[in-house]
Amino acid sequence: MRRLIPALIALAVLAMASLLTGATNLFDSPLDRSMVLAVSRLPRTMAALLAGAGLALAGVVIQQTMRNRLVEPGLTGTPEAAMIGLLGVTLIAPGAALLTKMSVAALAALLGTAGFFALSTRVPRHDPMLLPIVGLIYGGILGAAALFIAWTTDLVQFVGIWQTGDFSGVLRGRYELLWLIAALAGLLWLFADRLTILGLGEDQARSLGLNYRQTVLAGLAIVAMAVAVVVVTVGSMPFVGLVVPNIVSRFRGDNLRDNLGLVAVAGGGFVLASDVIGRLVRWPYEIPAATIFAIAGAAIFLGLLGNRKARAHG
Amino acid sequence: MIEIDHLTLTRDGLAILDDISLQIPRGGITAIIGPNGAGKSTLLHCLAGLLTPASGQVRVLGRDIHRIAARDRARLLALLTQSPGAMPRLSVRDLVGFGRWPHHRGRPGPEDHAIVAQAIERFDLGAMAARDVETLSGGQKQRAFVAMAYAQTTPWMLLDEPLSALDPKYTRDIMDRLRDLAPPPGRRPVEPATVEETRSVLLVLHDLQSAWRYADWFVCLKDGRVLSHGPRDTTITADLLSELYDTPLRLERAGDTSVILPA
Repeated sequence: MRRLIPALIALAVLAMASLLTGATNLFDSPLDRSMVLAVSRLPRTMAALLAGAGLALAGVVIQQTMRNRLVEPGLTGTPEAAMIGLLGVTLIAPGAALLTKMSVAALAALLGTAGFFALSTRVPRHDPMLLPIVGLIYGGILGAAALFIAWTTDLVQFVGIWQTGDFSGVLRGRYELLWLIAALAGLLWLFADRLTILGLGEDQARSLGLNYRQTVLAGLAIVAMAVAVVVVTVGSMPFVGLVVPNIVSRFRGDNLRDNLGLVAVAGGGFVLASDVIGRLVRWPYEIPAATIFAIAGAAIFLGLLGNRKARAHG
Repeated sequence: MIEIDHLTLTRDGLAILDDISLQIPRGGITAIIGPNGAGKSTLLHCLAGLLTPASGQVRVLGRDIHRIAARDRARLLALLTQSPGAMPRLSVRDLVGFGRWPHHRGRPGPEDHAIVAQAIERFDLGAMAARDVETLSGGQKQRAFVAMAYAQTTPWMLLDEPLSALDPKYTRDIMDRLRDLAPPPGRRPVEPATVEETRSVLLVLHDLQSAWRYADWFVCLKDGRVLSHGPRDTTITADLLSELYDTPLRLERAGDTSVILPA
């Protein structure tokens, strides 16, 4: 925990910047300062932190479960499956409570991710690049299905919102579901050893007395819930689950007991930073955090790919 | 003792293991040998309880390995899979520590820490305990994995091709250490006082010469059937090896050991 302190201080500075940044100048505005903070800035800051932490943790879990460092929730069909679930519940029960919608989305996301996991066992392992490419195609197919459903039912704009993570719409009362991620992080902590052991491979894990299927299912369920809650509240963000765990792994290794905290803090920090930058570049207009992160993330991802050629993990 | 009773395992309708019945004695080193595709690895995984047979039974120290809880199984035998190569970034200490997982399930006690420390010392990993396993050389890596299996403190250690890709120095290093753990039946193991139980080692070996040199007991597998099994000196003959590998081989005395050569 002590080793987290520098990261936590950086996070606090970032959070302060986020509270002070926006279309309204806090020090020179007719609006009530504390109200702007309580209704808009604080919720927005928390939402970015929670969503980023959730996606980064989901990334770690999916990489550990699939034993491939180059996969992330956006490459396993998870958000696309969540969108199909959301479209379904929107069509069948448009007035359903947010929690209901989120549960359906989570269930659909779990089915989609489990489908990819089943597929992944048939993908040759010799080249770790193969799995993310298969995932890209798999996610593309599910995404096309979601878009087709949306198009025939006039819901295309919803898909657009779910696809692009953006925190500009976050207000008090509209993001609280994201706190579920804090609970999921707690659950992950309990499963940390089991998920690390998964990284040793199925046979080795089972030989250590691990219930392999049950652990994989628990991992995928946590991924599905984290991604679903992010998609429902702020929209999906690619690359977070890929970039953050890979960077943390370089410094802190893959023992989840040691790195989960930093993964969560770094995920929240990177996403919040993207959101703050998005608020600043075209001030007083905004660019979605997902767009900013995708630009930075793509660059980092390419860097990682260049480095990975020699050493495969898959 | 491992008792194998009419064990048959099929995959896609094909018998990979075909009605195998034999007993593997407690203590010492037992080698499963045979040509490529004979079912050696499958047999080892089946004995470890990781593959479910179509019929038949495996009893380890009297307990049906396919019917006991995973946790109990992991306290009865440790399996080291073949070159777990693609691995997460773990320090040697963490890796060896996971050998204790079946015992503490996430809450290690003083005894667990003591055994991990002992395993690290015993396998001379102290200097590299904090290093990532993936930064080690092939031989050191294998030693770390064997240390993990050792830390599991099971009566049986099952190793799948532990010598693959190791040069003679590391082959000898690993096998000498296993020899200390599991001396020939009748001799006392070189064990620290805290771990009293005798280990039995069962391994799949590709390298005939190492098998001959180190194993006390042999299981010779061909096409999923047992061609022969028993103590080394009465079981392994030139005729048997030639039949097993479908190529003429001979055993030549060389000092206090023998070498296996093409006839």
